[in-house]
Amino acid sequence: MLLSLVKRPEQSKAMVYVSPIIALGLTLISGILLFQIMGVHPAQALYAFFVDPITTKYGWAELGVKATPLILIGVALSVGFRAGVWNIGAEGQLTLGAICGGGIALWLYQVDSVFVLPLMIICGVLGGMAWAAIPAFLKTRFNANEILTSLMLTYVATLLLSLLIHGAWRDPDGFNFPVSRIFSDSATLPIIWQGTRLHLGWILTIAAAIAVWVLMSKTIIGFQIKVIGQAPKAGRHAGFSVNRTIWFSLMLGGGMAGMAGLFEVAGPIGQLLPSISPGYGFTAIIVAFVGRLHPVGVFFAGLVMALSYLGGESAQITMNLPLAVTGVFQGLLLFFLLACDVLITYRLQFKFPVTSTRGSKHV
Amino acid sequence: MKKIVIALVIVLPVVLVGYFLLFKPEIPEAPDAVETNVGFVYVGPVGDHGWTYRHDVGRQAIEKELGVKTTFVESVPEGADAERVIRKLATSGHDIIFTTSFGYMNPTAKVAKQFPDVKFEHATGYIRADNLSTYSARFYEGRAVLGTIAGHLSKSGVVGYIASFPIPEVVRGINAFILAMRKVNPDAVVKVVWVNSWYDPGKEGDAAKALIDQGADIITQHTDSPAPLQVAEQRGVYGFGQASDMSAFAPNAQLTAIIDNWNPYYVSHVKAVMEGTWESTDTWDGIKSGMVDFAPYGDAVSADVRAAADAVKQSIIDGSFHPFQGPINNQAGEQVVAEGETLDDGVLLKMDWYVEGVQGELN
Repeated sequence: MLLSLVKRPEQSKAMVYVSPIIALGLTLISGILLFQIMGVHPAQALYAFFVDPITTKYGWAELGVKATPLILIGVALSVGFRAGVWNIGAEGQLTLGAICGGGIALWLYQVDSVFVLPLMIICGVLGGMAWAAIPAFLKTRFNANEILTSLMLTYVATLLLSLLIHGAWRDPDGFNFPVSRIFSDSATLPIIWQGTRLHLGWILTIAAAIAVWVLMSKTIIGFQIKVIGQAPKAGRHAGFSVNRTIWFSLMLGGGMAGMAGLFEVAGPIGQLLPSISPGYGFTAIIVAFVGRLHPVGVFFAGLVMALSYLGGESAQITMNLPLAVTGVFQGLLLFFLLACDVLITYRLQFKFPVTSTRGSKHV
Repeated sequence: MKKIVIALVIVLPVVLVGYFLLFKPEIPEAPDAVETNVGFVYVGPVGDHGWTYRHDVGRQAIEKELGVKTTFVESVPEGADAERVIRKLATSGHDIIFTTSFGYMNPTAKVAKQFPDVKFEHATGYIRADNLSTYSARFYEGRAVLGTIAGHLSKSGVVGYIASFPIPEVVRGINAFILAMRKVNPDAVVKVVWVNSWYDPGKEGDAAKALIDQGADIITQHTDSPAPLQVAEQRGVYGFGQASDMSAFAPNAQLTAIIDNWNPYYVSHVKAVMEGTWESTDTWDGIKSGMVDFAPYGDAVSADVRAAADAVKQSIIDGSFHPFQGPINNQAGEQVVAEGETLDDGVLLKMDWYVEGVQGELN
């Protein structure tokens, strides 16, 4: 029996919904095998991964806290990826957002006013946009590859944060450790669910996802982005500006990454540290693709990704599983999710070896 | 094809449900309330052969000597995630939780406030509470011994120092090293490379190569991987192990190593919890208590150098010598500590300046 992939005449509508289910099933089956080989009770391990983290109110809230930056950046990046603009440097834009917004918090640390937080958010967004403007300018003016420029700027951003925290912005009462002051209450995001860490950023994230969905499916800009991404020549003929699309994509990605960075420091962290993100800007790229570059898909992909992180911690605590197993399991999940998407544009065909009736001469 | 998909969609859940019915998920039982449970939060992987590895050796000593259950979570980023992990340990029946990196200070303090019945111990920080202890080791005492050996064995008088972050702890180590080295060789200098990471074998190794190329014939490090020592071994120069005996990685190059020995501390503090005598304390122990220990001398350390190093150790233990006793000059050559004076702990804890003999600028 031979198995081959045959391109479908058009994308399968059913597969759009069925493929994630198949992927989840395959992940579970490989997970069971993996845990069985390791001598761990698979049912217990899967429970620890997918159920235990969200058995409490606090756990649900943490899911939102962890997913906030992933969804926020993932949604914004998916717009650029639709347009064929490859912004790989969201991590750096996130860092600049945290620096600019956090800088306001440190500057106004004695000011008790309701205007501090909005000002921080605006500056965070502007910071991220400014950082993304560099690759946008280099791309539109000199046709420099935005993958390289945005990625390299990430390292510059990290060092800039490090410079500030080790120098001018160091907590004067902090024994010379590289941390900033703790932000005042008026510079901290309000908690929207008492007794947890779920903050205002979660609501703004949902709002952002809806806004991007409206933008992409209901507006002319969204249409332009899709046309330029799929057929740049046709787009130009229709009078759409490629450069404007590049600028728009990078400004949106940078602005929302900057906002995500500000939400981290003004939310769960509450101060500026040398390391504010465990790579959300990069993970969000995976989230965007797992979510098939659609805001609703990205939203759920962000939640799944966040759950896999919480599950990894929970598996270490309740099952004493090493961190490496978490990594393998996360990899399996992502692999199957992306691999099963092949079924949307291709179908499997089974070919049985033809035992020919005609002309089967025994030689 | 459709039939296959439908079959898959039906069969997968049936197989999974059947599996879970056959092997009922025994929900992991909550840790026994009567027994003592100990939790650890690590900043690196347990296999780093340095800082985290030595804490994990301490954890194993607790299990072996006291027969209690321990849990650890490795590679927890110092940021928004730490609070969730610490809280999860506190809510899952752990009686005492050790958080083993400076960046966990504020998250630990926050969680400690919410769980007054759980004991917390934070390594290398300065925030304490009724249920929050701090502990650290006077590694600078060990650095003084290493500096003495380097003074005798370095022919070029140049030592390469691979440092992590410019925090007081690391600066203190550099200063203690060169002060002791210049007591043997007054012209000795130390060149410092900051790699801005606690654990990055690639960067650490590159830094070692660069320092050797600049004339260093002894390499020492305040980062956690054995990579610099491996480079020293390849290039035929000497080095010191960090945090644990790394002679397996560099049998010829390792002169000795500072060994972080947390075992007695961990065992005694967990025992205190079991007996109900635990109290919030502030511990900063050195060679005398055994918290700072040493690996056996390498073959390159001759008998008279061993005697000199042992004499420094002994004088620190009996209190006749302090690594920061005057006279001490700053980088500009001005005397900042007079003969007969000694820097006190308050100054040492905030140290942010170099002594004479250190090349490079701090910040």
